[in-house]
Amino acid sequence: MHRIAIVGGGTGGTVLANRLASELRTEIEAGTVEVRLITADPNHVYKPTFLYVPFGKKTVDDAKRPIEDLVDSRVSLTIDEVTDVNTDRNRLSLADRTASLRYDQLVLATGANLEPEAVPGLAEGGHHFYGPDGATRLRDELAEFTEGHLVLSVVGVPHMCPAAPVEFPLMVDDWLRERGRREDVEITYTYPINRAHGLESVADWATDLFEERDIALETFFNVDEVDPDAEVIETVEGDELEYDLLVAIPPHRGSDLVIDAGLGEDGWVDVDRHTLEATAAEDVYAIGDVADVPTSKAGSVAHYEAGAVADRIASRARGETPTATYDGKTVCFLEAGMDEATFIEFTYGEEPFVREPSKPIHWAKLGYNESYWLTARGLL
Amino acid sequence: MTDTDDPDVTIDSKDASCPGPLMDLIGKVKTLDAGTVVELQTTARNSTTDVPEWLEEAGHDLLEIEERDEYWSIYLEVN
Repeated sequence: MHRIAIVGGGTGGTVLANRLASELRTEIEAGTVEVRLITADPNHVYKPTFLYVPFGKKTVDDAKRPIEDLVDSRVSLTIDEVTDVNTDRNRLSLADRTASLRYDQLVLATGANLEPEAVPGLAEGGHHFYGPDGATRLRDELAEFTEGHLVLSVVGVPHMCPAAPVEFPLMVDDWLRERGRREDVEITYTYPINRAHGLESVADWATDLFEERDIALETFFNVDEVDPDAEVIETVEGDELEYDLLVAIPPHRGSDLVIDAGLGEDGWVDVDRHTLEATAAEDVYAIGDVADVPTSKAGSVAHYEAGAVADRIASRARGETPTATYDGKTVCFLEAGMDEATFIEFTYGEEPFVREPSKPIHWAKLGYNESYWLTARGLL
Repeated sequence: MTDTDDPDVTIDSKDASCPGPLMDLIGKVKTLDAGTVVELQTTARNSTTDVPEWLEEAGHDLLEIEERDEYWSIYLEVN
């Protein structure tokens, strides 16, 4: 029996499990291959939904579905927490099992974790829309916010969905205008480097739109700490910014499991950017946010990486030489307000072109969010 | 031997697309102790001006920029 273990039931892990169930259908049914998906959360969570929660356009329940409804019946599903990865012995320890699990090929798809407490005062003084609790709190706060200074600050680097920080101020600008509150609210966007976004084309696009919409831009702005009582942000560069409502992209961290297994010093797995094989151990891959590759931590990346890794794993399970590789393909939709959007597409080393925002692309984004559940099933 | 011959940390940002080499560097520098010598490898020409500009703003020391065959190595010391 050739055993394939996938740890993590987010976009990467779920798409991969379903792709393998399809590619190795014959071998699984013959009992020569096992595809096991291990995840601590019985629900699959589609995180891009949370961006819409503060505006009342989605609920946190829209973001989740039971994972057992999404995975192919040929996948062995284990709801449990992996507590240790032993790459010398090819074994996984689980919280609720005494016996460890052996694997021939392992994929880590454990995602990124939020860590607002890494910046002093941020957890107390800031809001975010990167998880269900944060998005719900921000919705309640925004509903009552009628005047003052709203600051969207990119604090954590790296973070999930590099498009979202640009989208939020454009959406909140539109949302406040629709409610007649925009004249009483000042909006500022801050970013760590010397322009509005890491990608130059997105930075140029956002800078023009910010100017048009009267959104102030602060660059070279790296938050050192937040004083929640005085409502002031202090930066590494020595600046201060007062706020009334702070919406932050919180610091993220990888996984202790990765650090303990010696697969990456800061919790992200060191991998070959094309094969996604771990550099520190044999038979181990990483996909999605936990993989340290030079492109976005985004669902589209996890999805395309899962496709390449599924091919590589299936080849090895059949005794063939794997040839599939990941070229850095990334696709991101960008909301330009509450009813217009654009999208970008690029691979490693490419600068994308930002199209003029339009209503049809906004509806395509919302449509994709609905059909995402087909992506998770490996159908799209 | 100088510090730049043997950096404590190497960040491979060659062909980094989004969010780019400077963001990779900032994310890493936040986790490092003062005195750590870092090599940032980048294929983006604008890193050779963006990175020194940020180091100046954030108070870290630029040690050296070396042009190699297919990329630049930017050496810095964290303060």
